[in-house]
Amino acid sequence: MDFDLSKPQKLLKESARALLARECGAGRVRELMETETAHDEGLWRALAEQGWTGLLVPEAQGGLGLGLVEMAAVAEEMGRACLPGAFLSTLFAAALVERAGSAEQRAKYLEPIAAGELKATVALLEESASWDADALKLEASRGGGGFNLKGRKLFVPDAGVADVLVCVARDGDSLVLLPVARGAEGVTVKPMPSMDATRKLYEVRFEGVSVAESYVLGADGDARGALQGASEVATAVLCAEMVGGMQWVLDTTVEYAKTRQQFGRPVGSFQAVQHMCADMLLMTESARSAAYYAAWALTERDPSARAAVSVAKAYCSDAYREVANRGVQVHGGIGFTWEHDLQLYYKRSKSSETLFGDATFHRERIARLVMSDE
Amino acid sequence: MDLNLTPSEREFRDEFRAWLGENVPAEWAGGGGGSEDRAEYIEYLRAWQRKLYDGGWAGISWPKEFGGRGATLLEQAIFQEELARANAPQLVGTIGLSLVGPTIIALGTEGQKARHLPQILSGDEIWCQGFSEPNAGSDLAALGTKAARDGEDFIINGQKIWTSFAQMADWCLLLVRTDAEAPKHKGITCLLADMHAAGVTVRPLRQMSGDSGFNEVFFSDVRIGPSQVLGEVNKGWTTAITALMNERANLGTGIQVVFKRQLEALIARSKTVERDGRPASEDPLVRQKLAQAYLELEILRLNTNRALTSLSKAGAPGAEGSIQKLYWSEMNQRTQQYAQEILGPYGQLKEFDKGAWEYAYLRTRGNTIEAGTSEIQRNIIAERVLGLPKSY
Ligand SMILES: Cc1cc2nc3c(=O)[nH]c(=O)nc-3n(C[C@H](O)[C@H](O)[C@H](O)COP(=O)(O)OP(=O)(O)OC[C@H]3O[C@@H](n4cnc5c(N)ncnc54)[C@H](O)[C@@H]3O)c2cc1C
Repeated sequence: MDFDLSKPQKLLKESARALLARECGAGRVRELMETETAHDEGLWRALAEQGWTGLLVPEAQGGLGLGLVEMAAVAEEMGRACLPGAFLSTLFAAALVERAGSAEQRAKYLEPIAAGELKATVALLEESASWDADALKLEASRGGGGFNLKGRKLFVPDAGVADVLVCVARDGDSLVLLPVARGAEGVTVKPMPSMDATRKLYEVRFEGVSVAESYVLGADGDARGALQGASEVATAVLCAEMVGGMQWVLDTTVEYAKTRQQFGRPVGSFQAVQHMCADMLLMTESARSAAYYAAWALTERDPSARAAVSVAKAYCSDAYREVANRGVQVHGGIGFTWEHDLQLYYKRSKSSETLFGDATFHRERIARLVMSDE
Repeated sequence: MDLNLTPSEREFRDEFRAWLGENVPAEWAGGGGGSEDRAEYIEYLRAWQRKLYDGGWAGISWPKEFGGRGATLLEQAIFQEELARANAPQLVGTIGLSLVGPTIIALGTEGQKARHLPQILSGDEIWCQGFSEPNAGSDLAALGTKAARDGEDFIINGQKIWTSFAQMADWCLLLVRTDAEAPKHKGITCLLADMHAAGVTVRPLRQMSGDSGFNEVFFSDVRIGPSQVLGEVNKGWTTAITALMNERANLGTGIQVVFKRQLEALIARSKTVERDGRPASEDPLVRQKLAQAYLELEILRLNTNRALTSLSKAGAPGAEGSIQKLYWSEMNQRTQQYAQEILGPYGQLKEFDKGAWEYAYLRTRGNTIEAGTSEIQRNIIAERVLGLPKSY
């Protein structure tokens, strides 16, 4: 057993850090968060040139075909940089296509995604804001050799820039996955301005949007399984991203505590401050163990994978928020300003907390898995 | 990164699993209340350690030449996981096995090794750790138990306190002051002290849990020969640090056995106690708490595996021990509080599940104090891991 990144994995992580420092410094993040979509074509191209938009995409579809541990290593650096834009949304949609799509559909979406020519998102949440597939209400009606969509989705990340929105709808008791072009007739996308401006949310309205049968993903009937599998992948990647954010907050805070002087000594020499920092380290490292284990268990199809993802997300959701909290506290007034970059991470910790289900949601999933009598 | 066991790790696991299958006492059902002072219980555990020893499964981390198996750190973790899986009793001589033995291996003379190591492995010698004193707790180097020279011998006078297992111990890893003039870290010596020697008095202290886990130990003109110095005279601080590092470096692998069993028992109990006319296990808040306890324990396991990987690459134990100690002690207190919330007044009863919950809740209160308080662990993490300036 070796619970550490291998040499190539470490190199990948280092190169990700270097590239993101170059292409996505805090100044760039701030510029992008002021834009409508937080998307930057140049930055996207840079990610695609590294192969990252297709890191998980099988080689047959032009991707790198790497595993989730490699993805987690890169995602950690993305979280450290607070990377804005549609990377995670596209990854989620791609994971869904990979699981639910026919060979033809996989080629159609995954190849351009890997090449950086297509961005996508999954339109899932509704008014209930629940991540539970059973809570979905939007009904896709059958007709005209396909499905018709009428209704709305909320909290859809990056819908303003995604070329394709995969809408998860109900077809009686089962689910259907309907890819819709953002520009299609009857689709309106409206921003839902929210706390974290680096990851934009949208309301998406469908007014009589028709999707031909041949477009429907998961025609073999396991849309639910595909959604669950893809959600687990995206959740594990988000957790790794959260770890990177925590690490940035920890590093920045410790550095500040070493230099900021009060009462004639560095504030980091006060135990009240030291102990906050020690707790931040403990939480960051624990989150890292949980996130990489989830990534590994999914890659290996370990029987514990499902629980591992929920363990990671439940823990990271609470831990990132708490690390960011203490980070601001140790900084004092400067930490509460718009100028200081901590605000970016403070907000990202909040938006990440709820994305793909908060700690409460995942604890209930854990309870179901470990308390059953089987 | 590969969390699968290597073929040799798997072989090790299978061998131990098979041994446990044949040897775990059938009547052992988790130990019930498990308070630490019941003589019968201790004798039972001693017999169990003897059995492990005879099978070659005691002190597996020790080098082969000293009766161990030279097991890797990861094999030690596997060993603990298998003990848990088999619901086996814990080992009684833990201070000897995890703290004294490795320190003797590192710093002891050939005579000391030959005299003590086999006895520690077999459970024939129970050891205690005589470090803390009434005026030297967190500031251990302030200890004042006096060792005066009489020719080659040392004459010991003074008092130790909070000494766990002293009431049953045969030997004590004892820190004494041999040079009162030197700076406090430079006048300490570590001795191997016979607890049955003339002038040693043990007075059990009752813990809040009602049992007498720890004791006061008084030394009155106790004579100890020069062959009993572990390490060098006036270099006892180095010996003490070696011992404490080893204490923390077992990284809580052993204690996870107990936690896992307790959590399983709590989940089972949640299905029988009621809340609003339904099994507590159906109550959403109870489910949240059980899931939180589960995930925190799972993270302890994962943190341990990561620490073991980094330790086996780095060699000597470092600050990982402080991170682990801080985490498991605070986690254990939270978990026992969840248990109390779920069980309600039953959790406080001395006869419900043989008082296991009442005992566990009280006993865990000591976890953040013993083996270095949480505050001291946080100081260590802040200064040695994060490099923050010293606070004092
Ligand atoms: C169940 C149990 C078993 C034990 N078994 C043994 C044993 O077998 N052998 C043995 O030698 N000892 C043993 N001990 C003693 C234990 O190691 C000490 O209790 C511990 O080191 C704390 O010392 P103290 O009790 O003197 O508290 P103090 O050191 O007086 O501490 C009091 C409070 O002040 C805080 N504090 C002290 N110094 C600092 C600092 N520098 N920075 C911040 N906060 C500080 C502490 O965290 C604590 O909250 C045991 C204790 C318990 C509870």
